[in-house]
Amino acid sequence: MSKISMTVNGKPASGEAEGRTLLVEFLRGELGLTGTHVGCDTSQCGACVVHVNGEAVKACTMFAGEADGAEVTTIEGMANPDGSLNAIQQAFQDHHGLQCGFCTPGMVMSAAALLKDNPKPSEAEVRDYLEGNICRCTGYHNIVKAIMAASGQDVTAIAAE
Amino acid sequence: MKPVAFDYQRPASVEDAVALLQAHGRSAKLLSGGQSLGPMLNMRLVRPEVVIDLNDLLELDYVREAADVIEIGALTRHHRLATAPEILRALPLLAYAAATIGHFAIRQRGTIGGSLVHADPAAQLPLVAVTLAAEIVLRSAAGTRSIPAADFLQNVMTVDLNEDEMVVAIRFPKPSAAKAGWGMRLFSRRRGDFAIVSAAVWLRRNPDGRLADMRLGLGGVAPVPFRLHDLEDPDDEGAPGESWASDLAGQAAQRVEPEDAPGLPAVYRRELACNLLRGALTDALSLAGERHG
Repeated sequence: MSKISMTVNGKPASGEAEGRTLLVEFLRGELGLTGTHVGCDTSQCGACVVHVNGEAVKACTMFAGEADGAEVTTIEGMANPDGSLNAIQQAFQDHHGLQCGFCTPGMVMSAAALLKDNPKPSEAEVRDYLEGNICRCTGYHNIVKAIMAASGQDVTAIAAE
Repeated sequence: MKPVAFDYQRPASVEDAVALLQAHGRSAKLLSGGQSLGPMLNMRLVRPEVVIDLNDLLELDYVREAADVIEIGALTRHHRLATAPEILRALPLLAYAAATIGHFAIRQRGTIGGSLVHADPAAQLPLVAVTLAAEIVLRSAAGTRSIPAADFLQNVMTVDLNEDEMVVAIRFPKPSAAKAGWGMRLFSRRRGDFAIVSAAVWLRRNPDGRLADMRLGLGGVAPVPFRLHDLEDPDDEGAPGESWASDLAGQAAQRVEPEDAPGLPAVYRRELACNLLRGALTDALSLAGERHG
């Protein structure tokens, strides 16, 4: 075991980790941040997406040790300072962008990374970007709509299917 | 915990990394992007005693352009391969291949060195490295050697890498850009998965439209991606077109002996190879024509 320290959602955080401790296990088990979900453990489903030093990564295939000293943002760090939902989260609620909600933390983190690089993506770009995030409730249409709406674009033409 | 317990080492320099390799040999695994090794560790397909994390070796994250070669550090991420201006300009086939790997979050982590060492028979970067005749630069405590990609890739997930060696760079010769074109076609059943079969083409036309030079690569139909050297002689019988591409792709498909697996019979892979290669040839021809027409 060794001590791992990182900045998580703007605050210093540290805990003990083995070499084999995955970043997602460290966030959930050691820091108690259970908003980040584990779907597949094999980099396929995207439920565990967090930002490490500003980049979207899958926290199930990165070890806690690799993020030692890094700036990490999880879904818990996405709300506005007053606790209200941020624009992406609010859009997911407004456009029914989730059903069971399991994939939602990863969807929101991926969406945030997309909008940071590409503030006004086309619908095709959103769909392309989300190929690494799997929703088993098949809610993709409304997820795409929510992300388009969060980017300030008119979504009335996107069918709610 | 999913992986077996291992000793985690995070060297600060290539010297330290090769010293650790020399000390631990086969019991150690090098970790770069972790996008293949991570799942393999999680599934316990790999059970190393030591994991040597290379992610602090920023000296291996670079793209350097010289007169006739682009050298890429082993730790360069797929996202950078897909977006670096030098690569987009001189090696657009490589940039495109990198952009098709996995998903965005995977491309932020996965590295070119890792992909080549992992040597999945269906992976994009080994195919492009073979097609563009890249050299793999290896380093150990004893020194440096380099080896053509086609020799480096030996078999399914097997490469010519001694237990005390690591990949430090990949050198791509810069092909001539004049009247050059490229194409890459992949087929997978689900977005982001490894392709079942993939085809890569680079070619160059003479000013009159005839072929001057051509390279054909196929992946997913053999234990390692390979070039179809004996079909690469430029045909000097006029300007190549659609029927030429079909004929060539058909000849290529007859030469491959893919694995016959349940759900993926050899005839299916052969048919894919034919169609994908024809498509890649067509794309390459049209690019070579359009650019300098």
